[in-house]
Amino acid sequence: MNTQAATRKPLLATALKDATLAALVAFGLFGLLIGLRTGLGPNAALVLTTRFEELAIVVAVVFAGSLLRSLLFGRGPLMAGRFKPLLESRAARIIRRLAVPALFALAICWPLLTYHNRYLLDLGILVLTYVMLGWGLNIVVGLAGLLDLGYVAFYAVGAYSYALLAQNFELSFWICLPVAGILAAFWGVLLGFPVLRLRGDYLAIVTLAFGEIIRLVLTNWQSFTGGPNGIGNIPRPSFFGLPFNEEEDGFAAFFGLEFSSIHRIVFLFYVILALALITNWVTLRLRRLPVGRAWEAMREDEIACRALGINTTNTKLTAFAMGAMFAGIAGSFFATRQGFISPESFTFNESALVLAIVVLGGMGSQVGIAIAALAMLGGFELFRGLDQYRMLVFGAAMVVIMLWRPRGLVSTREPSLHLPKPEPSKGAA
Amino acid sequence: MTEPLLAIRGVKAFYGNIMALKGVDLDVNDGEIVTLIGANGAGKSTLMMTVFGNPRAREGSITFQGGDITNVPTHEIAHLRIAQAPEGRRIFPRMTVLENLQMGATVSEPGHFEADMKRVCTLFPVLGERLHQRGGTLSGGEQQMLAISRALMSRPRLLLLDEPSLGIAPMLAKQIFRAIRELNERDKLTVFLVEQNAFHALKLAHRGYVIVNGLITLSGSGRELLESPEVRAAYLEGGRH
Repeated sequence: MNTQAATRKPLLATALKDATLAALVAFGLFGLLIGLRTGLGPNAALVLTTRFEELAIVVAVVFAGSLLRSLLFGRGPLMAGRFKPLLESRAARIIRRLAVPALFALAICWPLLTYHNRYLLDLGILVLTYVMLGWGLNIVVGLAGLLDLGYVAFYAVGAYSYALLAQNFELSFWICLPVAGILAAFWGVLLGFPVLRLRGDYLAIVTLAFGEIIRLVLTNWQSFTGGPNGIGNIPRPSFFGLPFNEEEDGFAAFFGLEFSSIHRIVFLFYVILALALITNWVTLRLRRLPVGRAWEAMREDEIACRALGINTTNTKLTAFAMGAMFAGIAGSFFATRQGFISPESFTFNESALVLAIVVLGGMGSQVGIAIAALAMLGGFELFRGLDQYRMLVFGAAMVVIMLWRPRGLVSTREPSLHLPKPEPSKGAA
Repeated sequence: MTEPLLAIRGVKAFYGNIMALKGVDLDVNDGEIVTLIGANGAGKSTLMMTVFGNPRAREGSITFQGGDITNVPTHEIAHLRIAQAPEGRRIFPRMTVLENLQMGATVSEPGHFEADMKRVCTLFPVLGERLHQRGGTLSGGEQQMLAISRALMSRPRLLLLDEPSLGIAPMLAKQIFRAIRELNERDKLTVFLVEQNAFHALKLAHRGYVIVNGLITLSGSGRELLESPEVRAAYLEGGRH
């Protein structure tokens, strides 16, 4: 009790100090942004109006928020101390064990739950696409530790591969899917070569540039890619040869169902679910193989890896290739779902979003990434009603999450190797 | 005379324009413990890293088992059965002890893994108790043991150790030196040991070299060096350890 009382007083003082400082920073930042406003006066002259009330409200909110955070959680990360017992309680452990099966069951049942709600079904497909992209990027960023800001380039390569192959050679989706993956992997290796010696920030900048180059080529190579107009009328996938249409030989007729356009959407949902699960399965398997272990070891210490006999060149290239391949496959799925693609779908924003999902999920955790994708894209939709404040709320939410769990939602790393059986310690006896 | 296991001849190495090694000659014979002592910045660790080609020797040659390895890529040197516990230990902090050991076995036959793991766990029992603990949570001494064990997992012919006693408790340092002797005597492992702790290193080693400013200034048996006035004055400073 004594120590409690002793620590409380300086806590309040430091909290007040921190909050005042934060308020001052807010005042400096928003003083001009919010406090002053220029507008057109009666004679088309520039008039300065003041909005000091709004400014005061914003500064007060910042002050109160900072004070609240300091008083409730102290200065460190929010998770420290206070929430630990809660996280390690029995209930929490049960929830954690049930999280994966529950998410899986939800994913399987989603089309049944949302059969009559096209919007939610489409949202499910979107979330799963990003889950797959997140898992793919996780190989590069989370496991191999190579910061890639141009991941969307491979997504674009996959999408355009499918669109062009399907339109020019009339190849079916199921043939194009692996081809798109292979092409994207090839581009992954192509990017990998020049950046072999780079790490950290330098690597990030080059990959960022690579993403932009691909987008600019797609925009400007009009004769090949259709330029900014994109490619339309991309063939839809068929159910193993049965097209989703009202004809006699269509999916609905074959199974004796009444035709509904939702059949195709449900099918697409299960396709992306299967693709995402394959990504997950492959990643989990690779982690247990020498190449996956080498990725993780390389993330930890590249020099030590080389001294242990690991060819880091090959290791990096395989990481880039694997990550790119899954992006390519996701890209061709995207193309067939949309039926139309243009360079606008492959901007840096997409790379940033996927990277945010990986970081938020906890760099390397499969479950964390799935939850992060759900939260990010679900959040986007949830806050849609807030109109122009959407991004504001969204940004604030991300700041809170990073304060709450600075290393991502699931920051513990699952070891890839266990002893076959826990040996009773013979040596100790 | 048989050929030395590792022969370093006239090696010069640079960091940018700074010459860190100015023509070093050094031999490590099969079955020996050879130590290299010297002050901070004398080039001890550089020489060890040069064997692994990082930095690469710009002049001179390094041969291992009669084969020239001066320009062999770093990762292939491990395949020749040279292993190192590098400066700063460089274990994989987020991976478990077991996974660290598994990484050490990269160039080894998978069938050897369990036997080799048991062997290092007998050598350093504390690792056996912490197999599922993350490397970063070990103490400094335990991390050093892990670094040595990781190197041993490849069944090396030559083990390079860079300052295994640096920054760890004297008790643990003693345990590590004892383990090195045991490995040498029982398994006939050849060890090249870089140390600042000259007293312990020279007591342990069959032969020793003294490096000053990138040049070997003295060499001889461990006992000779221990008793030489130059070494006593510069590295032992009258003290016993």
